[in-house]
Amino acid sequence: MKIHVTVNGTVHDSEVEPRTLLVHYVREALGLTGTNVGCDTSSCGACSLHLNGEAVKSCTVLAVQADGADILTIEGLAHDGEMHPMQKAFMENHGLQCGYCTPGMVMAATSLLKENPHPTEREVRLGLEGNLCRCTGYHNIVQAVLACAAGN
Amino acid sequence: MIPAAFDYVRAGSAEEAIRLIGEHGDDAKFLAGGHSLLPLMKLRLAQPSVLVDIGRISDLSYIRDAGDHIAIGALTRHMDLETSSVLAEHVPLLAHAAGQVGDPQVRHRGTIGGSIAHSDPASDLPATTLALGATYVAQGPSGTREIAAGDFFQGFLETALAADELLTEIRVPKMQGAGWNFQKFNRRAQDWAIVGVAAWRRNGSSGIGLVNMGSTPILASSVSNALSQGASVADAAQLAAEDAEPQGDLNASPEYRVHLAKVLVRRALEAC
Repeated sequence: MKIHVTVNGTVHDSEVEPRTLLVHYVREALGLTGTNVGCDTSSCGACSLHLNGEAVKSCTVLAVQADGADILTIEGLAHDGEMHPMQKAFMENHGLQCGYCTPGMVMAATSLLKENPHPTEREVRLGLEGNLCRCTGYHNIVQAVLACAAGN
Repeated sequence: MIPAAFDYVRAGSAEEAIRLIGEHGDDAKFLAGGHSLLPLMKLRLAQPSVLVDIGRISDLSYIRDAGDHIAIGALTRHMDLETSSVLAEHVPLLAHAAGQVGDPQVRHRGTIGGSIAHSDPASDLPATTLALGATYVAQGPSGTREIAAGDFFQGFLETALAADELLTEIRVPKMQGAGWNFQKFNRRAQDWAIVGVAAWRRNGSSGIGLVNMGSTPILASSVSNALSQGASVADAAQLAAEDAEPQGDLNASPEYRVHLAKVLVRRALEAC
């Protein structure tokens, strides 16, 4: 089936099987491998990206469901070589260890701040409950999100 | 994990969706947000031959004040329920329960109609709308009918919906200032409830829905009856599992679930 999507500002017209998951489409058809597959069961959040401005788990969305949508992946966050403030905040607060959960964390965190620009620490923790960090680096991740919000 | 191959068709209206599901037979399934169905398909526990995507039927996404009740379109997402000012005013228990479903990413996609039609006893919204005395509206080839929540859930993942019927609207009575509380007991963030309780209470009336206490969502009528006859909360809560038949699984034995239900119902009613 034909789909028409805008990914990180670039329009793509692609032919996909209906069963193609959105995460496989962005990774394999578009080569955008920053979006990771973690648990593959909509638990861990490593595959989070923005679909029409909201974080979703792309392992649980069909590419055909995204037909016509505006998609943002971790590769689309930086502008002109300048990191997004959330990426900078993760770097400055050491909000990552192995880095596997990081793209999903950053995408979930930017979606959270769109909905709640000045969250409390508890709201950050609840807002990121769909993202698992198996290094258990949550403390610095939460600090990074709070630092980014404070800079807004 | 990748689902087994299927054909995909998209409906532009409820009528078209019903026609398409009728054309494609028993192996066809409606796809709304996909957050119940797609995980099952990835595990190959479900292998529909055709998906009828209803996710773009925008006129099935709404929350309206309809006088004595709030009318909610079946495709209204959990996040829309959670942040609805209409629900916050008139059915705050439902808005709160919707905010306990999964995690923000899941709530951006999952829908109330999908959750209820899937009818997983471990889901939060079937038991919550059951406690609230909701009515579900089903549309089929020959028109619409109303199904009381108490008649809707018939067995594990089985509902009163016919194969060619689409759940289109959920009608929830206004709570009219009733006290309410929602208890969700789980071990990890974003998990399903090991046991959950949705409760409201006003004067002598109450409604108590139990999550994950049987093969369907359970209405704890024995507790409500005891309360209406003047029993104390502590005594009434001892009847929490009278209407339930909990299963054992990796998380909890049936006995532990019975214990949890009594404790959580008591806590919920004390907070109402």
